Amino acid sequence: MLGLLWAVMTIGVYITYRILGIADLSVEGSITTGAAIAAHCIYTGMNPYLATFLALLGGMAAGLITGLLHTKLKIPALLSGILTMIALYSINLRILGKSNLSLLRMDTVYTVFKESSLVNNPLFVRLNIAHQLPAIILGIICVLAIVTILYWFFGTEIGCSIRATGDNPQMARAQGINTNNMIILGLIISNGLVALSGALIAQQQSFADIQMGIGSIVIGLASVIIGEVLFGRRSFYSRLMSLVFGAITYRLIIALVLKMGMPANDLKLFTAITVAAALALPTFRSYLRPLTKSMKGGAVDAVNKRNS
Amino acid sequence: MLSIRGIHKTFNPGTVNEKTALNNLTLELKQGDFVTVIGGNGSGKSTLLNCIAGVHTVDAGSITIDGDEVTRIPEHKRAAMLGRVFQDPMVGTAANMGIEENLALAYRRGKRRTLKWGISNQERQLYKELLSQLDLGLENRLSDKVGLLSGGQRQALTLLMATLKKPKLLLLDEHTAALDPKTAVKVLELTDKFITEGNLTTLMVTHNMRDAIKYGNRLIMMYEGRILLDIAEEAKQKLTVEDLLKRFGQASGEEFANDRALLS
Repeated sequence: MLGLLWAVMTIGVYITYRILGIADLSVEGSITTGAAIAAHCIYTGMNPYLATFLALLGGMAAGLITGLLHTKLKIPALLSGILTMIALYSINLRILGKSNLSLLRMDTVYTVFKESSLVNNPLFVRLNIAHQLPAIILGIICVLAIVTILYWFFGTEIGCSIRATGDNPQMARAQGINTNNMIILGLIISNGLVALSGALIAQQQSFADIQMGIGSIVIGLASVIIGEVLFGRRSFYSRLMSLVFGAITYRLIIALVLKMGMPANDLKLFTAITVAAALALPTFRSYLRPLTKSMKGGAVDAVNKRNS
Repeated sequence: MLSIRGIHKTFNPGTVNEKTALNNLTLELKQGDFVTVIGGNGSGKSTLLNCIAGVHTVDAGSITIDGDEVTRIPEHKRAAMLGRVFQDPMVGTAANMGIEENLALAYRRGKRRTLKWGISNQERQLYKELLSQLDLGLENRLSDKVGLLSGGQRQALTLLMATLKKPKLLLLDEHTAALDPKTAVKVLELTDKFITEGNLTTLMVTHNMRDAIKYGNRLIMMYEGRILLDIAEEAKQKLTVEDLLKRFGQASGEEFANDRALLS
């Protein structure tokens, strides 16, 4: 049920990839930054909720850096993301102090739920899902809160300006929108969410690891695409919800292929191929269309001939 | 209203692709002037509009709109004073946003954008009325994505957006060039109507000499980054295409070269 926690990251990736039209690689670093900040703070005895909030702020700062590199220094978006990602690797190591920090037996955001009587209900214990319930409950709360806030935000004047900037920057500037600021704002929100997701994941799995961000942009993209393909993209609200279901579906697919016996080491290769195939789908379709048309046409001709 | 003094613009200076687009150009527009701009290929018409809008910053000279010097002000800030329609119908609107959302963005041009809701119900009513003036049936498709509209519809919508908040200066950059002749006529008539009703100060670049003569109260012809001819009021009313070509030849010592202008 990690899917719900990854859904938070997927929403972050969606903001840059679909709304702003930028593939933001700083995500790879900021998810670990979120995990590292939360882990370090909890390890040193801070309140886990405060620690998670600080992780959110840390991710926002990372987004700000990428945004400044891209808009003020005019470095291409992809490269700006890569620069932030690389820089964050060192920073994350500094925050963690070592490559892996364990949170076993520490109080996390899930502790309250773990101790609640609802979760320890004999029914759940017997069904053997009691240990997963805290993450599910908190995951649902977080996801619903984020979807609601973003649905409101992207309907406001500022939110509309961000959407216009991603859609058509020339038009946005002609309507008096400071496109640079909107890109920075979008990156801040996106990376904040990604770091929040990292913080939640680290606490759920009881450790933060310097490697945990690797491939996360691809996982995010895979979830975005799965969500769009399987769960539609009608209204903005249904799009946001489709991201959540996309992230969960992705996790289910991974669990499934692992169960079917795929070595865990091949996971990233599997994800990369899936995303490449999904991104190539429109191209394949345009190749296939004339082919299927001529085949259909041929069949119709043959039928007509036979009938005449 | 608009005062341009001695502006220069050179693209790619110091390279083999160096191109002087504007060369010491000076132009004054009075409040309510409707000026048509015509010129050959690469004469600097579009560059002039882009320099006024702040897409390019000029190398030298100054630009003042309604008493405010804007020479160094960025594009998005100048937008508060300007309404713009572009040659490419795709440029003026956001394709993945609804018709009403596009209008709402334009309605807030020059205002501080806040966390207030992006569109109010009152506005919707206003947009409905304004859209029905276009006579394109768009008033019943408020929430449709703009990407679903035809080029002509998008251009008419962009025009409405450009004039929704009365601009101090309206900049039209060959905004009918990409449309089929019938739609172009319709959009031009709408343009003229909006300009007359709003008494808008306007610069309209066109490649069509007949349109340049028919519309507006003043015509300027550009050549190699400067203004070659400036014909206003009564002199303009008597002007014919042949006249214009002859006077261009006398002034520049060359034949008029604009593929599209000669073909249309």
